[in-house]
Amino acid sequence: MTVNKWTAAQVARKVIENKELFILDVRNKNDFDDWKIEGHQFEYLNIPYFELLDGVEEILPKLPTDKEVLVVCAKEGSSVMVAEMLSDAGLDAAYLEGGMKSWSMYLEPIKVADLADGGELYQFVRLGKGCLSYMVISENEAAIIDAVRFTDVFINFAKEKGVEIKHVFDTHLHADHISGGRHIAAETGATYYLPPKDAGEVVYEYTALTDGLTVQIGSAKIEVNALYSPGHTIGSTSFVIDNKFLLTGDILFIDSIGRPDLAGLADDWVGDLRETLYTRYRKLAEDLIVLPAHFMIIDELNEDGTVAKPLGDLLKENHGLNIEDEQEFRSTVTDNLPPQPNAHVQIRQVNMGKITPNNDEQTEMEIGPNRCAVR
Amino acid sequence: MVKADKQLDAKGLACPMPIVKTKKTINELEEGQVLEVQATDKGSKADLAAWAGTVGHQYIGTVEEDDVLYHYIRKCSDDTIEEKTYEKTVSHDDLEERDGLVLDVREEAEFAFGHMEGAKSIPMGELESRMDELDKNQEIFVICRTGKRSDMAAQLLAKNGFTKVYNVLPGMTEWNGNLTKNVNGGM
Repeated sequence: MTVNKWTAAQVARKVIENKELFILDVRNKNDFDDWKIEGHQFEYLNIPYFELLDGVEEILPKLPTDKEVLVVCAKEGSSVMVAEMLSDAGLDAAYLEGGMKSWSMYLEPIKVADLADGGELYQFVRLGKGCLSYMVISENEAAIIDAVRFTDVFINFAKEKGVEIKHVFDTHLHADHISGGRHIAAETGATYYLPPKDAGEVVYEYTALTDGLTVQIGSAKIEVNALYSPGHTIGSTSFVIDNKFLLTGDILFIDSIGRPDLAGLADDWVGDLRETLYTRYRKLAEDLIVLPAHFMIIDELNEDGTVAKPLGDLLKENHGLNIEDEQEFRSTVTDNLPPQPNAHVQIRQVNMGKITPNNDEQTEMEIGPNRCAVR
Repeated sequence: MVKADKQLDAKGLACPMPIVKTKKTINELEEGQVLEVQATDKGSKADLAAWAGTVGHQYIGTVEEDDVLYHYIRKCSDDTIEEKTYEKTVSHDDLEERDGLVLDVREEAEFAFGHMEGAKSIPMGELESRMDELDKNQEIFVICRTGKRSDMAAQLLAKNGFTKVYNVLPGMTEWNGNLTKNVNGGM
């Protein structure tokens, strides 16, 4: 039998369309436990490739014979070897092109909504890393919020749509992934905005993103309004788009809330986080649809693959928004935090412009889950 | 440089080749010998350590120099625990209260990746020819990784007229004190 090659895009369709898939992950157990391809209906078997060098006979009873087995490794090489062995043993086997490295990089653009007067709002779902970026389109103009580092994806998407990128925003200085924001702006001539309170150490030019800033996209009245909402970082800023959508950055997620510790200032910022979540956001309309910059678990995806939920629902259901006692809240977001994201110190330095690693080094820094939240 | 009995050049090779080649090469070694694997694939460190664990070889450590990873692995067979026959033994706790020489009989590579401060290194295989470096009037505390090689070493020393020799148990695997290293990097 032949061995099929799957792209990350094909795997993404399986996730978004809720399809079944059997994954044989041949990375180390630690790597698998830390981070894997998540799907609602995926089954997994984790056997490191180096335990299969003498043959796959021992694991055959654990593999399905009535459906394809997708073999996944870190980069590709080992999965090709194991998929070929499985194929020789008579199984229907495939491997993931580029391995987890390509999974970490793949972005799926999904339309969240049509806006007034023909405008559109897209969410770019980076399934492998849990990052969410946004593009607002109106007439012949576009704005991008929290772009990840694959600038081509956004620039090409804008070209396909025939729109010009005018404004590029980062809601905060990211610590879990490398921003593509200022590079997109440089390439397209757009204005790049960053909250000044997060930009104390940045070494490039930017336009200040401050509370109350409003930009209009296209001549139609689609407004992007900035709302200062500190807590994950001291500069963290949210956006209200078209009076219908609330982009919360890393402050509020669907099933969790932002963590205040990634710049080493948890104790200083916890009060800001409390105020944003329990005072500022509560003054907003409950029918605003929350669009965060991350998801943590696959259950946060809606049936169409988007990550979005009304603020009113989150105020009721999200544990982090329902801790009455201030002391308990403080200890929830400062004690027993999950491990910090891979290379978060270096990633912040990249986003400040202080270091410029090459592409491979950037990929290496971003490997693993994002871990920006506390539940 | 860390001393090894054999070198394997796996530079420029991507996963899974560094492990595939290591597996093949280690078959050519005698038990107890050390293999140096030179690789540029960053993932090879975690994978080699995990692979060695599953097949029972000892992963000693890795040093990185000029973007090349040097991994050290000591070949072990399916450890049939041999009975320790040398009678005079001391525990790690006792050792701290005694003066004398700590003699580490592990391979040089193992010694380089971490040993007790002040310990003297003579690998088991060289002990017979280097015995004149030792003082018969001094108390000698022989240590290895698990007490097996040190047991043999203590017996060898006793046979050659050393009377103040003790085997330190359980050995470096259980040593929780400070470690001195001769390399940058480590486990």
